[in-house]
Amino acid sequence: MKNLLELDEVEARYGPVQALHGISLTVGDGEVVAVLGANGAGKTTTLRAISGTVSRSGAIELDGKQLRAGPEAAARAGIAHVPEGRGTFVDLTVNENLRLGAYTRRDRGVKADIERVAEYFPWLTDRGDQRAGTLSGGEQQMLALARALMSRPRLLLLDEPSLGLAPMVVREFFRVVRELNEKEGLTVLVVEQDARIALSISRRAYVLEVGRVALAGTSDELRGDESVRRSYLGY
Amino acid sequence: MNPRTTRIVGFVAFAAFAVFVAVFPSFVSDFKAQQYAYVGIYLIALLGLNILTGYTGQISLGHGAFMAIGGYTTAILMAGNEQFGGPVGGGLKDVWTIPFAGLVAGLVGLAFGLPALRLSGLYLALATFAIAVAMPSAVKRFDEFSGGSSGINLFGIPELTASITNVEILGKSLTFNDWLYYLSWSIALVGMAVAWFILRGRTGRAFRAVRDSETAAVSSGVSLARYKTLAFGISAAYAGVAGGLFAIANTFVNPDTFPILLSIFLLIGVVVGGLGGLSGLVFGAIFIYFLPLWAQGTDLGSHLPNFIIEETNKPGGPAIVYGVVLILVMFFLPNGVGGLFRRIGQLLTRRR
Amino acid sequence: MQQVVSGLASGGIYALLALALVIIHRSTGVINFAQGEMATLSAYIAWTLTANHGWSYWPAFVATLALSFGGGVVTHRAVIRPVERGSVLRIVIVTIGLLIAINGFVVWQWSGEPQQLKSPFPSDTIDIGGVIVSVQDIGTIAVALGIVFLLWLLFQFTKVGLALRAVAVNPQEARLVGVRVTWMLALGWGLAAMLGAVAGMLTAPAVGLDPQMMQAILIYAFAAAVLGGIDSPVGAVVGGLTLGVLLNMLSYLSQYGLFDWFTEELRLPTALLIILVVLLVKPSGLFGRPEVKRV
Repeated sequence: MKNLLELDEVEARYGPVQALHGISLTVGDGEVVAVLGANGAGKTTTLRAISGTVSRSGAIELDGKQLRAGPEAAARAGIAHVPEGRGTFVDLTVNENLRLGAYTRRDRGVKADIERVAEYFPWLTDRGDQRAGTLSGGEQQMLALARALMSRPRLLLLDEPSLGLAPMVVREFFRVVRELNEKEGLTVLVVEQDARIALSISRRAYVLEVGRVALAGTSDELRGDESVRRSYLGY
Repeated sequence: MNPRTTRIVGFVAFAAFAVFVAVFPSFVSDFKAQQYAYVGIYLIALLGLNILTGYTGQISLGHGAFMAIGGYTTAILMAGNEQFGGPVGGGLKDVWTIPFAGLVAGLVGLAFGLPALRLSGLYLALATFAIAVAMPSAVKRFDEFSGGSSGINLFGIPELTASITNVEILGKSLTFNDWLYYLSWSIALVGMAVAWFILRGRTGRAFRAVRDSETAAVSSGVSLARYKTLAFGISAAYAGVAGGLFAIANTFVNPDTFPILLSIFLLIGVVVGGLGGLSGLVFGAIFIYFLPLWAQGTDLGSHLPNFIIEETNKPGGPAIVYGVVLILVMFFLPNGVGGLFRRIGQLLTRRR
Repeated sequence: MQQVVSGLASGGIYALLALALVIIHRSTGVINFAQGEMATLSAYIAWTLTANHGWSYWPAFVATLALSFGGGVVTHRAVIRPVERGSVLRIVIVTIGLLIAINGFVVWQWSGEPQQLKSPFPSDTIDIGGVIVSVQDIGTIAVALGIVFLLWLLFQFTKVGLALRAVAVNPQEARLVGVRVTWMLALGWGLAAMLGAVAGMLTAPAVGLDPQMMQAILIYAFAAAVLGGIDSPVGAVVGGLTLGVLLNMLSYLSQYGLFDWFTEELRLPTALLIILVVLLVKPSGLFGRPEVKRV
């Protein structure tokens, strides 16, 4: 299996504070890979470096090609980033949110795609003209995912989707993600604090600490790892 | 560099500055003394506005109105309105009117502070702007006190020190401009000391807490109402004092003495001087007083090459220069002159 | 009734300028104090095209709109963009600097003497159901509402309009879906400049073209925008129209003994006073959504 995404010694900083000290990781085509770590470890920053929303140095390759810096380049290359806290446009309607997901597409298939996306989220079509801010947290998370799908992404980045959601909702969300991965071969990189659920849907995982990769391996390996168990799985 | 050393350096710098201010008029012309007297007056107003906007984070577009209140208080106490029987309570010597100017303006500021609590940011700016705009009209309406459109004339009345002949103080004979200079700068220096004192204590911390995060401030037990109102009152009092001095300096007041442009200039002065810090404000005052002159090609501006002066002498030219300079200053000095000083200070005190 | 119509006409002008302020505030978070002067500059451009270069009105109108749009975009990129990330106060001072500089430029280039920009509408009056209204007023209302309508179409039904709204709601998110946020902001300034240009070109025939023409109107527009809710385009339009009618009614009634303290000079402070009273009751404006800060 070839690698869809390769990060090589990527560094990133917020002003004077350096958040990433040389991250190297890979995501295979069609894989689901998890990134774990405590608060402040640099998980969100890693995703931001990939989607171009933080300034970074170091090489990032998508599908064998160098990824240029900046969010437009990432979006046009087929990277969809569902940020922490959903990132829905709360004052716009559900349909408008979806249309925005397809912003970088120039083809005419957008309308058809709204219907395709509705297959995964059937309730969305009923709420088409509803203001996104009136949806519940879980519904907004689903909307954010649906919006990401609208761009027909090669790579889906998920940033802490479980944050602030009830366990049942989280399970449903990840069920959809897994379905997308299995049915459509969508490659997923998911950052999570909930290590258990992240490891349950991913094939491989990385553990970050203070801006560096501390551990890497298959999810099974990490699940069995003593330090991971103690720090992130709670037993 | 520990806090104690910083404070000692600060004291020394302030003392040196005070000495410089004291001897300055001996080296410059009478006219220059008058100019710098105005700089001192603006400085007082800026000190006040800085407390409100720089430290407490409330934007006021109306401090010219508080200056007007102070100015008219002074004028009324000194001369009143001749048409309606002269000064209120018999004329008061100019110096003694200053505390009243500050007091009245301060009380109005406090009174304004209360309803202003419901407004924030933009809305507060609009409300203060409304006051500044309404002030000239209000003044004209209450013409029994204010002398209406023709205002109140202070020139030549006995209450105005040195207006006709020089005054003798400590064996030195001072002209009107010298007297004005020393009066405004002694008040300005006192004002700086008082401001510094207020700001370093609990009150100052409370102000900054309100500016940085109202929610956090309240959860730490800082009463928003109390400190916002207090900030308004104090800054208005400063502006009132400045206004009183302004009236004395102009030797008259009328509705056009305190236009809306004055409020805008004050805000410009605080931002250019450096919000929050005190040292840059002196430069803020210099900026708002002298830039219009330089833009016209006078004073320092006369050193500009001739072709620039020719163009700027056409009507509208100075305004273009002023606007462009203002924009450039904002580009290159994001935190104003005070910010520049702070950065220099940081560079000097960093341990290598 | 006649007062209502002419109130709507001046209100329409306030609405246009208020809408310009709202567009810029929604996207950049700043009140563009120079909006009035930019409108004045546009009106002078229209004047110089028609009076000095012999263009006829409507081509000059369109050309002025295009130039104003370009001017707005350039202003954003050259002047605002460098300071966008700083404090709001800094940007405000920059717009004040722009105000001063543009005003100076207008005087410098065209002198301070009043000029006459001819109106595309004839100066007669017509009789509608017993009420005598001037064609100029009707024309003003029509143009103002027409422009607002076109803008509404742009925002609701085009991809660009959607992107503009997205940037106003959540610029970070917009960036993630690939919207070129900086260009959208510049576009917002361009549109606002265009609105200002229309306002300027509608004002000049009525009050005479001079450099200080738009200053009072800017204040009315600011008040109207705040009245309607500073981030609400609908509010800006409603606020502008309401303010126009209200002020006219006050003048009118004062002629008849009611509100007899209301002189021409007090129009402005009264407008502001009314706004403030409304704000005390509804701090976010008529159509504004309150920021929830439960403290």
